[in-house]
Amino acid sequence: MIEVDSLTKQFGTKLAVNALSFTVNKGEVLGFLGPNGAGKSTTMRMITGFIPPTSGEAKVCGISIIDNPSEAKTKIGYLPESAPLYNDMTVVGFLKFCAAIRGLKGTAKNDAVERAIDTCFLSTVASQSIDTLSKGYRHRTCLAQALLHDPEVLILDEPTDGLDPNQKYEVRQLIKRLGKTKAILFSTHILEEVEASCTRAVIVDRGKIVADGTPAELLAQSETGSLTDLFRKVTSSDTEAAA
Amino acid sequence: MSSCTIYKRELSSYFSQPTAYAIIVIFLLFSLGFTFTFGQFMEVGDSSLQWTFLFWHPWIYMLLAPAVGMKLWADEQRTGTIELLGTFPVSTWSAIIGKFLAAATVWLIALLLTFPIVITVNYLGNPDNGAIFSGYLGSFLVCCTFLAITMLVSACTRDQVVCLIVSVSICVLLMLCGYDPVTRELAKIVSPGILEGIVSFGVWDHFNSLNSGLFRMKDFIWFGSAIFVCLLGTSAILSAKRA
Repeated sequence: MIEVDSLTKQFGTKLAVNALSFTVNKGEVLGFLGPNGAGKSTTMRMITGFIPPTSGEAKVCGISIIDNPSEAKTKIGYLPESAPLYNDMTVVGFLKFCAAIRGLKGTAKNDAVERAIDTCFLSTVASQSIDTLSKGYRHRTCLAQALLHDPEVLILDEPTDGLDPNQKYEVRQLIKRLGKTKAILFSTHILEEVEASCTRAVIVDRGKIVADGTPAELLAQSETGSLTDLFRKVTSSDTEAAA
Repeated sequence: MSSCTIYKRELSSYFSQPTAYAIIVIFLLFSLGFTFTFGQFMEVGDSSLQWTFLFWHPWIYMLLAPAVGMKLWADEQRTGTIELLGTFPVSTWSAIIGKFLAAATVWLIALLLTFPIVITVNYLGNPDNGAIFSGYLGSFLVCCTFLAITMLVSACTRDQVVCLIVSVSICVLLMLCGYDPVTRELAKIVSPGILEGIVSFGVWDHFNSLNSGLFRMKDFIWFGSAIFVCLLGTSAILSAKRA
Protein backbone atom coordinates (compact mmCIF):
# COMPACT_ATOMS: atom_id res chain seq x y z
CA MET A 1 0.00 0.00 0.00
CA ILE A 2 2.73 2.47 0.96
CA GLU A 3 6.09 1.77 -0.66
CA VAL A 4 8.95 4.08 0.17
CA ASP A 5 12.19 3.50 -1.71
CA SER A 6 15.42 5.37 -0.92
CA LEU A 7 13.51 8.55 -0.13
CA THR A 8 15.92 11.42 0.45
CA LYS A 9 15.38 15.07 1.31
CA GLN A 10 18.08 17.66 1.53
CA PHE A 11 17.40 21.20 2.79
CA GLY A 12 20.46 23.23 1.76
CA THR A 13 23.36 21.42 3.37
CA LYS A 14 21.19 19.59 5.90
CA LEU A 15 20.21 16.04 5.06
CA ALA A 16 16.77 15.71 6.67
CA VAL A 17 15.87 12.27 5.32
CA ASN A 18 18.62 9.91 4.20
CA ALA A 19 17.65 7.15 1.73
CA LEU A 20 14.72 5.88 3.78
CA SER A 21 13.01 2.69 2.59
CA PHE A 22 10.06 0.83 4.08
CA THR A 23 6.66 -0.54 3.14
CA VAL A 24 3.31 -0.59 4.89
CA ASN A 25 0.82 -3.24 3.79
CA LYS A 26 -2.94 -3.34 4.08
CA GLY A 27 -4.00 -4.24 7.61
CA GLU A 28 -0.77 -2.93 9.02
CA VAL A 29 -0.30 -0.02 11.43
CA LEU A 30 3.26 1.23 11.28
CA GLY A 31 4.45 3.40 14.15
CA PHE A 32 7.01 5.93 13.06
CA LEU A 33 9.20 6.80 16.01
CA GLY A 34 12.12 9.09 16.47
CA PRO A 35 13.36 12.11 18.37
CA ASN A 36 12.33 15.61 17.32
CA GLY A 37 14.00 16.61 14.07
CA ALA A 38 14.64 12.99 13.03
CA GLY A 39 12.85 13.53 9.72
CA LYS A 40 9.48 11.96 10.53
CA SER A 41 7.31 14.88 9.40
CA THR A 42 9.49 15.51 6.34
CA THR A 43 9.08 11.87 5.28
CA MET A 44 5.32 12.08 5.73
CA ARG A 45 5.15 15.34 3.79
CA MET A 46 6.99 13.67 0.93
CA ILE A 47 4.72 10.61 0.90
CA THR A 48 1.63 12.83 0.89
CA GLY A 49 3.01 14.89 -2.00
CA PHE A 50 3.29 18.17 -0.08
CA ILE A 51 7.03 18.49 -0.67
CA PRO A 52 9.00 16.85 -3.48
CA PRO A 53 11.84 14.51 -2.47
CA THR A 54 15.42 15.29 -3.51
CA SER A 55 15.68 11.72 -4.73
CA GLY A 56 13.96 8.36 -4.27
CA GLU A 57 10.41 7.28 -4.83
CA ALA A 58 7.20 6.89 -2.83
CA LYS A 59 4.22 4.92 -4.08
CA VAL A 60 0.74 4.80 -2.63
CA CYS A 61 -1.41 1.87 -3.77
CA GLY A 62 1.11 1.37 -6.56
CA ILE A 63 0.76 4.98 -7.80
CA SER A 64 3.82 7.17 -7.75
CA ILE A 65 3.31 10.38 -5.80
CA ILE A 66 5.99 12.02 -7.94
CA ASP A 67 4.76 11.02 -11.40
CA ASN A 68 1.04 11.02 -10.72
CA PRO A 69 0.41 13.18 -7.64
CA SER A 70 -3.28 13.97 -8.22
CA GLU A 71 -4.30 10.32 -8.42
CA ALA A 72 -2.05 9.20 -5.57
CA LYS A 73 -3.42 11.97 -3.31
CA THR A 74 -6.97 10.63 -3.71
CA LYS A 75 -5.84 7.42 -1.93
CA ILE A 76 -4.42 9.21 1.09
CA GLY A 77 -5.96 10.68 4.20
CA TYR A 78 -3.50 12.95 5.97
CA LEU A 79 -3.46 14.57 9.39
CA PRO A 80 -0.66 17.19 9.46
CA GLU A 81 1.30 17.73 12.64
CA SER A 82 -0.31 20.92 13.87
CA ALA A 83 -3.84 19.92 12.76
CA PRO A 84 -4.35 23.07 10.67
CA LEU A 85 -7.93 24.21 10.03
CA TYR A 86 -9.77 27.14 8.47
CA ASN A 87 -10.77 29.04 11.60
CA ASP A 88 -13.48 31.06 9.88
CA MET A 89 -15.56 27.95 9.11
CA THR A 90 -17.82 25.74 11.18
CA VAL A 91 -16.84 22.11 11.75
CA VAL A 92 -19.50 20.82 9.39
CA GLY A 93 -18.77 23.55 6.81
CA PHE A 94 -15.08 22.65 6.86
CA LEU A 95 -15.77 18.93 6.46
CA LYS A 96 -18.18 19.61 3.60
CA PHE A 97 -15.52 21.72 1.90
CA CYS A 98 -12.95 18.94 2.29
CA ALA A 99 -15.43 16.37 0.97
CA ALA A 100 -16.26 18.56 -2.03
CA ILE A 101 -12.61 19.09 -2.85
CA ARG A 102 -12.19 15.33 -2.78
CA GLY A 103 -14.89 15.08 -5.43
CA LEU A 104 -17.80 13.94 -3.24
CA LYS A 105 -21.21 15.36 -4.13
CA GLY A 106 -24.80 15.42 -2.92
CA THR A 107 -25.85 12.61 -0.58
CA ALA A 108 -22.46 10.89 -0.82
CA LYS A 109 -20.89 14.09 0.53
CA ASN A 110 -23.43 14.49 3.35
CA ASP A 111 -23.13 10.82 4.32
CA ALA A 112 -19.34 11.01 4.38
CA VAL A 113 -19.45 14.12 6.57
CA GLU A 114 -21.94 12.51 8.94
CA ARG A 115 -19.88 9.33 9.18
CA ALA A 116 -16.68 11.28 9.90
CA ILE A 117 -18.47 13.34 12.56
CA ASP A 118 -19.69 10.15 14.23
CA THR A 119 -16.34 8.39 14.02
CA CYS A 120 -14.50 11.31 15.59
CA PHE A 121 -17.20 12.15 18.17
CA LEU A 122 -17.78 15.66 16.84
CA SER A 123 -21.58 15.80 16.86
CA THR A 124 -21.73 18.17 19.85
CA VAL A 125 -19.56 20.78 18.10
CA ALA A 126 -20.64 20.17 14.47
CA SER A 127 -22.23 23.58 13.98
CA GLN A 128 -19.67 25.44 16.07
CA SER A 129 -17.11 27.81 14.56
CA ILE A 130 -13.66 26.20 14.44
CA ASP A 131 -11.92 29.10 16.20
CA THR A 132 -13.97 28.41 19.33
CA LEU A 133 -12.88 24.75 19.58
CA SER A 134 -10.53 23.32 22.19
CA LYS A 135 -7.32 21.65 21.06
CA GLY A 136 -8.76 18.14 21.36
CA TYR A 137 -11.72 18.99 19.15
CA ARG A 138 -9.50 20.76 16.64
CA HIS A 139 -7.36 17.68 16.38
CA ARG A 140 -10.35 15.43 15.91
CA THR A 141 -11.85 17.75 13.27
CA CYS A 142 -8.63 17.51 11.30
CA LEU A 143 -8.63 13.75 11.77
CA ALA A 144 -12.24 13.62 10.53
CA GLN A 145 -11.10 15.46 7.39
CA ALA A 146 -8.57 12.67 6.74
CA LEU A 147 -11.25 9.96 6.98
CA LEU A 148 -13.93 11.60 4.82
CA HIS A 149 -13.19 9.85 1.55
CA ASP A 150 -12.56 6.48 3.25
CA PRO A 151 -8.95 6.40 2.02
CA GLU A 152 -6.96 3.20 1.67
CA VAL A 153 -3.94 4.82 3.24
CA LEU A 154 -3.86 6.98 6.36
CA ILE A 155 -0.87 9.10 7.27
CA LEU A 156 -1.16 10.64 10.69
CA ASP A 157 1.49 12.98 12.06
CA GLU A 158 1.34 12.79 15.86
CA PRO A 159 -2.39 12.07 16.01
CA THR A 160 -2.51 12.01 19.82
CA ASP A 161 -0.42 15.11 20.44
CA GLY A 162 -2.11 17.52 22.82
CA LEU A 163 -5.03 15.24 23.65
CA ASP A 164 -6.11 14.33 27.17
CA PRO A 165 -5.75 10.68 28.31
CA ASN A 166 -9.35 9.83 27.40
CA GLN A 167 -9.03 11.30 23.95
CA LYS A 168 -5.67 9.59 23.46
CA TYR A 169 -7.27 6.27 24.29
CA GLU A 170 -10.13 6.88 21.86
CA VAL A 171 -7.79 7.86 19.02
CA ARG A 172 -5.58 4.80 19.63
CA GLN A 173 -8.65 2.56 19.54
CA LEU A 174 -9.75 4.28 16.35
CA ILE A 175 -6.35 3.75 14.72
CA LYS A 176 -6.43 0.10 15.75
CA ARG A 177 -9.91 -0.35 14.32
CA LEU A 178 -9.17 1.45 11.05
CA GLY A 179 -5.86 -0.41 10.73
CA LYS A 180 -7.67 -3.67 10.05
CA THR A 181 -8.77 -2.53 6.60
CA LYS A 182 -6.28 0.22 5.76
CA ALA A 183 -2.55 0.84 5.72
CA ILE A 184 -1.70 3.34 8.44
CA LEU A 185 1.54 5.19 9.01
CA PHE A 186 1.56 7.29 12.14
CA SER A 187 4.29 9.13 13.92
CA THR A 188 4.58 9.58 17.63
CA HIS A 189 7.13 9.93 20.36
CA ILE A 190 4.90 8.38 22.97
CA LEU A 191 6.34 4.89 23.20
CA GLU A 192 3.40 3.19 24.90
CA GLU A 193 1.35 4.00 21.81
CA VAL A 194 3.49 1.56 19.86
CA GLU A 195 2.45 -1.31 22.07
CA ALA A 196 -1.13 -0.07 22.22
CA SER A 197 -1.90 0.26 18.53
CA CYS A 198 0.97 -0.67 16.16
CA THR A 199 1.52 -3.92 14.37
CA ARG A 200 5.03 -2.80 13.50
CA ALA A 201 7.31 0.11 14.34
CA VAL A 202 10.40 1.75 12.93
CA ILE A 203 12.67 4.10 14.81
CA VAL A 204 14.33 6.81 12.73
CA ASP A 205 17.22 8.97 13.76
CA ARG A 206 18.86 11.72 11.70
CA GLY A 207 16.90 10.63 8.64
CA LYS A 208 17.81 6.92 8.83
CA ILE A 209 16.03 3.83 10.12
CA VAL A 210 17.85 2.54 13.18
CA ALA A 211 15.37 -0.13 14.36
CA ASP A 212 12.53 -1.98 12.67
CA GLY A 213 10.23 -4.74 13.89
CA THR A 214 7.00 -5.68 15.65
CA PRO A 215 6.60 -4.25 19.14
CA ALA A 216 7.56 -7.68 20.55
CA GLU A 217 10.71 -7.84 18.42
CA LEU A 218 11.72 -4.34 19.45
CA LEU A 219 11.20 -5.21 23.10
CA ALA A 220 13.39 -8.28 22.63
CA GLN A 221 16.13 -6.10 21.12
CA SER A 222 16.17 -4.02 24.25
CA GLU A 223 18.32 -5.54 26.99
CA THR A 224 16.02 -4.31 29.71
CA GLY A 225 12.73 -5.12 27.98
CA SER A 226 11.81 -1.46 27.81
CA LEU A 227 11.11 0.45 24.59
CA THR A 228 12.34 3.66 26.21
CA ASP A 229 15.75 2.12 26.81
CA LEU A 230 15.93 0.86 23.23
CA PHE A 231 14.88 4.28 21.97
CA ARG A 232 17.57 5.98 24.05
CA LYS A 233 20.17 3.47 22.90
CA VAL A 234 19.54 3.72 19.15
CA THR A 235 18.80 7.44 18.81
CA SER A 236 21.02 10.42 19.48
CA SER A 237 19.96 13.07 21.93
CA ASP A 238 19.88 16.78 21.06
CA THR A 239 23.08 17.41 22.99
CA GLU A 240 24.94 14.69 21.10
CA ALA A 241 23.57 15.92 17.79
CA ALA A 242 24.81 19.41 18.56
CA ALA A 243 28.25 18.17 19.60
CA MET B 1 -14.24 21.76 -10.38
CA SER B 2 -11.75 22.10 -7.52
CA SER B 3 -11.23 25.75 -8.48
CA CYS B 4 -14.95 26.21 -8.01
CA THR B 5 -14.90 24.58 -4.54
CA ILE B 6 -12.01 26.78 -3.45
CA TYR B 7 -13.70 29.82 -4.98
CA LYS B 8 -16.87 29.17 -2.95
CA ARG B 9 -14.90 28.65 0.27
CA GLU B 10 -12.89 31.84 -0.17
CA LEU B 11 -15.92 33.89 -1.10
CA SER B 12 -17.95 32.65 1.87
CA SER B 13 -14.92 33.34 4.07
CA TYR B 14 -14.97 36.99 2.95
CA PHE B 15 -18.66 37.27 3.74
CA SER B 16 -18.69 35.23 6.96
CA GLN B 17 -16.29 37.81 8.40
CA PRO B 18 -16.55 41.59 8.33
CA THR B 19 -13.85 41.94 5.61
CA ALA B 20 -16.07 42.07 2.54
CA TYR B 21 -18.68 44.31 4.16
CA ALA B 22 -16.07 46.75 5.43
CA ILE B 23 -14.37 46.92 2.04
CA ILE B 24 -17.63 47.39 0.15
CA VAL B 25 -18.93 50.09 2.49
CA ILE B 26 -15.62 51.98 2.53
CA PHE B 27 -15.33 51.75 -1.25
CA LEU B 28 -18.84 53.10 -1.75
CA LEU B 29 -18.30 55.91 0.75
CA PHE B 30 -15.02 57.01 -0.77
CA SER B 31 -15.91 56.61 -4.43
CA LEU B 32 -19.19 58.46 -4.10
CA GLY B 33 -17.74 60.90 -1.57
CA PHE B 34 -14.96 61.90 -3.99
CA THR B 35 -17.48 62.19 -6.82
CA PHE B 36 -19.52 64.79 -5.00
CA THR B 37 -16.56 66.70 -3.49
CA PHE B 38 -13.31 66.72 -5.50
CA GLY B 39 -15.09 65.33 -8.57
CA GLN B 40 -17.54 68.26 -8.47
CA PHE B 41 -20.26 66.06 -9.92
CA MET B 42 -23.02 68.64 -9.45
CA GLU B 43 -20.99 71.66 -10.59
CA VAL B 44 -19.40 70.21 -13.74
CA GLY B 45 -22.61 68.89 -15.22
CA ASP B 46 -20.77 66.12 -17.10
CA SER B 47 -22.76 62.90 -17.44
CA SER B 48 -19.86 60.72 -18.66
CA LEU B 49 -18.63 59.80 -15.14
CA GLN B 50 -15.11 59.69 -16.57
CA TRP B 51 -13.50 62.38 -14.40
CA THR B 52 -16.14 62.85 -11.74
CA PHE B 53 -16.47 59.23 -10.62
CA LEU B 54 -14.33 56.56 -12.34
CA PHE B 55 -11.13 58.62 -12.15
CA TRP B 56 -11.02 58.10 -8.36
CA HIS B 57 -11.26 54.31 -8.44
CA PRO B 58 -7.58 53.44 -8.96
CA TRP B 59 -6.68 55.67 -5.99
CA ILE B 60 -9.02 53.73 -3.75
CA TYR B 61 -7.94 50.33 -5.13
CA MET B 62 -4.32 51.26 -4.52
CA LEU B 63 -4.98 51.06 -0.78
CA LEU B 64 -7.96 48.73 -0.49
CA ALA B 65 -7.29 45.99 -3.07
CA PRO B 66 -4.22 44.76 -1.14
CA ALA B 67 -6.39 44.65 2.00
CA VAL B 68 -8.68 42.16 0.28
CA GLY B 69 -5.90 40.06 -1.23
CA MET B 70 -3.35 40.04 1.57
CA LYS B 71 -4.77 37.04 3.39
CA LEU B 72 -5.04 34.80 0.32
CA TRP B 73 -1.74 32.93 0.76
CA ALA B 74 -0.21 34.64 3.79
CA ASP B 75 -2.94 33.25 6.04
CA GLU B 76 -2.68 29.75 4.56
CA GLN B 77 1.02 29.78 5.34
CA ARG B 78 0.63 31.20 8.84
CA THR B 79 -2.03 28.73 9.95
CA GLY B 80 -0.49 25.78 8.10
CA THR B 81 -3.64 25.06 6.08
CA ILE B 82 -1.42 25.24 3.00
CA GLU B 83 -0.31 21.74 4.02
CA LEU B 84 -3.91 20.53 3.80
CA LEU B 85 -4.40 22.25 0.47
CA GLY B 86 -1.11 20.84 -0.81
CA THR B 87 -2.14 17.28 0.00
CA PHE B 88 -5.66 17.52 -1.43
CA PRO B 89 -5.93 16.24 -4.99
CA VAL B 90 -5.97 19.78 -6.43
CA SER B 91 -3.33 21.55 -8.43
CA THR B 92 -1.73 24.73 -7.09
CA TRP B 93 -2.96 26.46 -10.22
CA SER B 94 -6.63 25.70 -9.55
CA ALA B 95 -6.24 26.96 -5.97
CA ILE B 96 -4.68 30.17 -7.30
CA ILE B 97 -7.50 30.69 -9.81
CA GLY B 98 -10.19 29.94 -7.20
CA LYS B 99 -8.73 32.37 -4.69
CA PHE B 100 -8.11 35.11 -7.24
CA LEU B 101 -11.63 34.93 -8.62
CA ALA B 102 -13.12 35.03 -5.11
CA ALA B 103 -11.23 38.24 -4.28
CA ALA B 104 -12.17 39.69 -7.67
CA THR B 105 -15.83 38.84 -7.00
CA VAL B 106 -15.81 40.89 -3.78
CA TRP B 107 -14.67 43.87 -5.85
CA LEU B 108 -17.12 43.16 -8.62
CA ILE B 109 -19.94 43.26 -6.07
CA ALA B 110 -18.58 46.55 -4.67
CA LEU B 111 -18.40 47.98 -8.17
CA LEU B 112 -21.90 46.81 -9.12
CA LEU B 113 -23.29 48.45 -6.00
CA THR B 114 -22.35 51.85 -7.42
CA PHE B 115 -25.24 51.42 -9.90
CA PRO B 116 -27.26 54.36 -8.47
CA ILE B 117 -24.72 56.80 -9.92
CA VAL B 118 -25.25 55.31 -13.40
CA ILE B 119 -29.01 55.59 -12.97
CA THR B 120 -28.55 59.17 -11.77
CA VAL B 121 -26.54 60.33 -14.80
CA ASN B 122 -29.02 58.60 -17.12
CA TYR B 123 -31.84 60.41 -15.37
CA LEU B 124 -30.12 63.80 -15.35
CA GLY B 125 -28.48 63.72 -18.75
CA ASN B 126 -27.86 61.70 -21.85
CA PRO B 127 -24.56 59.85 -21.32
CA ASP B 128 -22.81 57.40 -23.63
CA ASN B 129 -23.48 54.18 -21.70
CA GLY B 130 -20.96 52.29 -23.81
CA ALA B 131 -18.22 54.62 -22.57
CA ILE B 132 -19.46 54.22 -18.99
CA PHE B 133 -19.30 50.43 -19.37
CA SER B 134 -15.81 50.70 -20.81
CA GLY B 135 -14.81 52.88 -17.84
CA TYR B 136 -16.19 50.34 -15.40
CA LEU B 137 -14.31 47.59 -17.24
CA GLY B 138 -11.09 49.58 -16.98
CA SER B 139 -11.73 50.20 -13.30
CA PHE B 140 -12.30 46.47 -12.66
CA LEU B 141 -9.18 45.52 -14.61
CA VAL B 142 -7.06 47.93 -12.55
CA CYS B 143 -8.48 46.34 -9.42
CA CYS B 144 -7.75 42.81 -10.69
CA THR B 145 -4.18 43.83 -11.53
CA PHE B 146 -3.65 45.14 -8.00
CA LEU B 147 -5.20 41.96 -6.57
CA ALA B 148 -2.88 39.79 -8.66
CA ILE B 149 0.13 41.81 -7.41
CA THR B 150 -1.08 41.36 -3.83
CA MET B 151 -1.51 37.64 -4.38
CA LEU B 152 2.06 37.36 -5.62
CA VAL B 153 3.37 39.21 -2.57
CA SER B 154 1.15 37.18 -0.26
CA ALA B 155 2.74 33.96 -1.56
CA CYS B 156 6.12 35.29 -0.40
CA THR B 157 5.24 35.94 3.23
CA ARG B 158 3.18 34.53 6.07
CA ASP B 159 2.76 37.99 7.57
CA GLN B 160 -0.31 39.83 6.33
CA VAL B 161 0.96 43.24 7.46
CA VAL B 162 4.19 42.84 5.50
CA CYS B 163 2.14 41.73 2.52
CA LEU B 164 -0.10 44.80 2.82
CA ILE B 165 2.80 47.25 3.06
CA VAL B 166 4.74 45.76 0.15
CA SER B 167 1.68 45.39 -2.09
CA VAL B 168 0.49 48.94 -1.45
CA SER B 169 3.99 50.22 -2.25
CA ILE B 170 4.03 48.39 -5.58
CA CYS B 171 0.53 49.65 -6.42
CA VAL B 172 1.53 53.23 -5.53
CA LEU B 173 4.54 52.90 -7.83
CA LEU B 174 2.35 51.71 -10.70
CA MET B 175 0.01 54.62 -10.02
CA LEU B 176 2.79 57.20 -10.04
CA CYS B 177 4.21 55.92 -13.35
CA GLY B 178 2.19 57.81 -15.92
CA TYR B 179 0.34 60.10 -13.49
CA ASP B 180 0.40 63.49 -15.21
CA PRO B 181 2.10 65.67 -12.54
CA VAL B 182 4.80 62.99 -12.12
CA THR B 183 5.22 62.63 -15.88
CA ARG B 184 5.69 66.41 -16.22
CA GLU B 185 8.47 66.39 -13.63
CA LEU B 186 10.09 63.32 -15.14
CA ALA B 187 10.05 64.90 -18.61
CA LYS B 188 12.58 67.43 -17.33
CA ILE B 189 15.15 64.80 -16.37
CA VAL B 190 14.74 61.72 -18.61
CA SER B 191 14.74 61.23 -22.39
CA PRO B 192 11.38 60.96 -24.20
CA GLY B 193 11.98 57.26 -24.99
CA ILE B 194 12.47 56.33 -21.35
CA LEU B 195 9.54 58.53 -20.34
CA GLU B 196 7.30 56.73 -22.79
CA GLY B 197 8.43 53.41 -21.33
CA ILE B 198 7.66 54.58 -17.78
CA VAL B 199 4.25 55.91 -18.80
CA SER B 200 3.21 52.69 -20.54
CA PHE B 201 4.47 50.70 -17.53
CA GLY B 202 2.07 52.53 -15.24
CA VAL B 203 -1.66 52.06 -14.77
CA TRP B 204 -2.94 55.43 -16.01
CA ASP B 205 -2.10 55.12 -19.69
CA HIS B 206 -4.16 51.93 -19.92
CA PHE B 207 -6.92 52.93 -17.55
CA ASN B 208 -7.45 56.36 -19.11
CA SER B 209 -7.98 55.02 -22.60
CA LEU B 210 -10.60 52.52 -21.39
CA ASN B 211 -12.10 55.21 -19.17
CA SER B 212 -12.55 57.45 -22.19
CA GLY B 213 -14.36 54.66 -24.03
CA LEU B 214 -11.42 53.56 -26.16
CA PHE B 215 -10.85 49.82 -26.64
CA ARG B 216 -7.16 49.45 -27.47
CA MET B 217 -5.68 45.98 -27.82
CA LYS B 218 -2.49 47.05 -26.06
CA ASP B 219 -4.40 47.94 -22.88
CA PHE B 220 -6.03 44.54 -22.69
CA ILE B 221 -2.65 42.93 -23.33
CA TRP B 222 -1.11 45.02 -20.55
CA PHE B 223 -3.79 44.14 -17.99
CA GLY B 224 -3.96 40.50 -19.10
CA SER B 225 -0.24 39.97 -19.04
CA ALA B 226 0.23 41.79 -15.71
CA ILE B 227 -2.39 39.56 -14.09
CA PHE B 228 -1.10 36.40 -15.77
CA VAL B 229 2.54 37.06 -14.84
CA CYS B 230 1.59 37.69 -11.20
CA LEU B 231 -0.48 34.50 -10.97
CA LEU B 232 2.28 32.53 -12.68
CA GLY B 233 4.78 34.04 -10.24
CA THR B 234 2.52 33.03 -7.34
CA SER B 235 2.53 29.44 -8.56
CA ALA B 236 6.31 29.47 -9.00
CA ILE B 237 6.90 30.91 -5.50
CA LEU B 238 4.54 28.44 -3.84
CA SER B 239 6.25 25.52 -5.58
CA ALA B 240 9.72 26.84 -4.79
CA LYS B 241 8.82 27.28 -1.13
CA ARG B 242 7.90 23.62 -0.80
CA ALA B 243 11.03 22.31 -2.50
